[in-house]
Amino acid sequence: MTDRALNTQESAITWHHLDQEDHDHGGGATILGFWIYLMSDALIFASLFAMFGVVSTSYAGGPVPRQIFDIPLVALNTALLLASSITFGQAIPHMEAGRLSSTRRWLAVTGLLGAAFVGVELYEFAHLIAEGAGPQRSAFLSAFFTLVGTHGAHVTVGLIWIAVMLVQIGQNGLNGEIKRRIVCLSMFWHFLDIIWIGVFNFVYLYGVIR
Amino acid sequence: MTDTLIKTIFGRLGLESFPIHEPILLGTFIVVALLGLSIVGAIAYFRLWGYLWREWFTSVDHKKIGIMYVILGIIMLLRGFADALMMRAQQAIAFGGNEGYLPAHHYDQIFTAHGTIMIFFVAIPLVVGLINYVMPLQIGARDVAFPFLNNLSFWLTAAGAALTMLSLFVGEFARTGWLSYAPLAGLDYSPDTGVDYYLWSLQIAGVGTTLSAINMVATIVKMRAPGMTMMKLPVFCWTALCSNVLAIAIFPALTAAFFLLMMDRYVGTNFFTNDRGGAPMMYWNMVWIWGHPEVYVLVLPAFGIYSEITSTFTGKRLFGYSSMVYATVVITILSYLVWLHHFFTMGAGPAVNSFFGIATMVISIPTGAKIFNWLFTMYRGNIRFELPMMWVVAFMLTFVVGGMTGVLLAIPPADFVLHNSLFLVAHFHNVIIGGVVFGLFAAIVYWFPKAFGFKLDPFWGKVAFWGWVIGYWVAWTPIYVVGLMGTARRVRHFDDPSFQPYFVIAAIGALIILVGILGFVMSIVMGFVKREKLRDTTGDPWDGRTLEWSTTSPPPAYNFAFTPVVHDLDAWYDMKARGYERPASGYRPIHMPKNTSAGVIIAGLSFTLGFGMVWYMWWLAALSFIALMIVAVGHTFNFKRDFYIPADEVARTESKRQRLLGMEA
Repeated sequence: MTDRALNTQESAITWHHLDQEDHDHGGGATILGFWIYLMSDALIFASLFAMFGVVSTSYAGGPVPRQIFDIPLVALNTALLLASSITFGQAIPHMEAGRLSSTRRWLAVTGLLGAAFVGVELYEFAHLIAEGAGPQRSAFLSAFFTLVGTHGAHVTVGLIWIAVMLVQIGQNGLNGEIKRRIVCLSMFWHFLDIIWIGVFNFVYLYGVIR
Repeated sequence: MTDTLIKTIFGRLGLESFPIHEPILLGTFIVVALLGLSIVGAIAYFRLWGYLWREWFTSVDHKKIGIMYVILGIIMLLRGFADALMMRAQQAIAFGGNEGYLPAHHYDQIFTAHGTIMIFFVAIPLVVGLINYVMPLQIGARDVAFPFLNNLSFWLTAAGAALTMLSLFVGEFARTGWLSYAPLAGLDYSPDTGVDYYLWSLQIAGVGTTLSAINMVATIVKMRAPGMTMMKLPVFCWTALCSNVLAIAIFPALTAAFFLLMMDRYVGTNFFTNDRGGAPMMYWNMVWIWGHPEVYVLVLPAFGIYSEITSTFTGKRLFGYSSMVYATVVITILSYLVWLHHFFTMGAGPAVNSFFGIATMVISIPTGAKIFNWLFTMYRGNIRFELPMMWVVAFMLTFVVGGMTGVLLAIPPADFVLHNSLFLVAHFHNVIIGGVVFGLFAAIVYWFPKAFGFKLDPFWGKVAFWGWVIGYWVAWTPIYVVGLMGTARRVRHFDDPSFQPYFVIAAIGALIILVGILGFVMSIVMGFVKREKLRDTTGDPWDGRTLEWSTTSPPPAYNFAFTPVVHDLDAWYDMKARGYERPASGYRPIHMPKNTSAGVIIAGLSFTLGFGMVWYMWWLAALSFIALMIVAVGHTFNFKRDFYIPADEVARTESKRQRLLGMEA
């Protein structure tokens, strides 16, 4: 302990920044933390995709993808969701510039497109169940409903979040906290888009060509 | 009419769900109820509920949350150990004509509850609690990145534990083994509430663990003190980082597996059923993609603890710091690539089995490197054999044996013989007790004075140490032997009386471990009684080397009046060596997060949601879920989440500390 205490330069050592700004509580870490959350959510989807992959041909004598998938309808739904990512992208520059009403307008458009997506999906599900192709019919249909439905549930959470943000923008304006939440929401929204591209290709398109 | 009404309100809960005809459970219930009521009454009598609510339950202080995690872990350890004693007693007597004292459906619940509780509600809370307490102090931070989330994580874990405990007295717990394999855990073979209790408790607790892991990673990455580069990060924080990264990577797989099993049980899907195309082995795969890395989630922080203690008690810098870091990272990655060794017998073929067998054996290389690093740190060191260091030595001797039986089991042909035998059970108890539990006890002894300002009683600490170490060897060596001879696990009754002596010895070993557990409890009690004599006024009772020892014991709410600047690994040793002096003026107001009750409420609603789902009380589940959403969204409307500790309060706290230090001198 004493060998280095003789160091002649000890007066030059800084042990504390006395005038230093306080540690930020969460602010700087929120985006990182949310990224990590999205990655863990991606792993949930990865597990569901793997499950689907394993049982994707376990039809148990029930309907096969070609018989039940309405590709034009799903393509329309895909277009709706992809368009909602574009409209969310429109909201961000307005938010950065502090333009309150344009931000809210683009967010609202995004929410409407998302709601339409969920509506079409519910219609598709109801139709399949009415046809006797419900989740209990075969392992393939179990995995289909669970994977697509989990995505749909995420989109629904996104819709609630958009509604909450529309209210909070109205109450608080575009302060740092609100902006950070919108940025997280946009990451969430685009993330769901990417997942959907996987669903559309892997579940629907690949399902009908094989 | 009334029948449907009762069914709508109570679901499948009826009078027969309460185990009034089972004397063991009834007795336990009466004791627990009396104990619980007297504790609740005592707290009310001393008017402590308000204090507990304000200062602890709603606290976002990482130190208090850490302590609550550890208390939860210790309470659940007592429950899990009671299960262990019951199993050992049953297996010691149930030979030939003697059926033992436990009926089969009760015995099956006990071994399931024992495993589930020990991993999810003992090991995880203790590890998470220690990381919570120590890591922010070691990196010179004032709190974690998301203090509210931290509180919520704890309460979700506690809600899961409470739901598991409830199954003891209301309905049944799972009888399917600690991972509830499908198709046995499906509705066809397990129609009662057991598996539902299991799934909902672990799902709720699992959300808590995942959120906590995200929190800890963000904290370590973003909130280190200035100057603390990644290669100056204390080893415990490195292992905590790797452990939590791993937790984030694996818990989603478990969540998904449990979610799909829930779908099978509630919706009637066919993921893991025997018919309609179900794939039960997919459940095993997903569960073990979580399960194997999970043991590393637990043991890596324990490795960090051993590193800190070895370095402190030999008075030397850790030998091979960077190799220790790389070994930790390598173990983190490899642990994700070995899950299939839990079911070599699945029939995946020689190519797949060889890959997973070799990957498993390769893990012993970085782990071996760590053992040598600790040995070389001790070599020519000035070793002080105080209690934490004794645990380290016991760990090295015990864990190496467990590691070697692990390599043995990694050989696929050998595993075909030993799969599901007691040899395997002895192996994982060897690594988990010898690796994780010894580390947790070492850590509790080591950091207890930091958290409470006095050391644990050393005499009773030694009783705990010898009880556990001797008890472990006496209890598990005979199990290794009978396992090698082919005894299967999870067996309630044996026909061959020649095995009985081994099980009697094992039961004696369990009783010796009981002495260890009582010794541990006594070391806390006697430490409290003799706290004036064992008081630590310096904040640095062990001549420590890392930043947590640079502050008071216990630390003030804000941890550090001034954020330290780090120049070297072992920052506090560096500060002491270079004549650091604490600044006595110039305090500034400190920005801190505010307490909130949202975490307790959300966790409470998760508990009622789980309870409603277990008993098919759909109204309760729906109501809880809606309320949960409202509270969660409502919490986002609360923007007043922080406050400032005024500078003169900081000055008062710090000068009190200076006075104490003066007394010491």
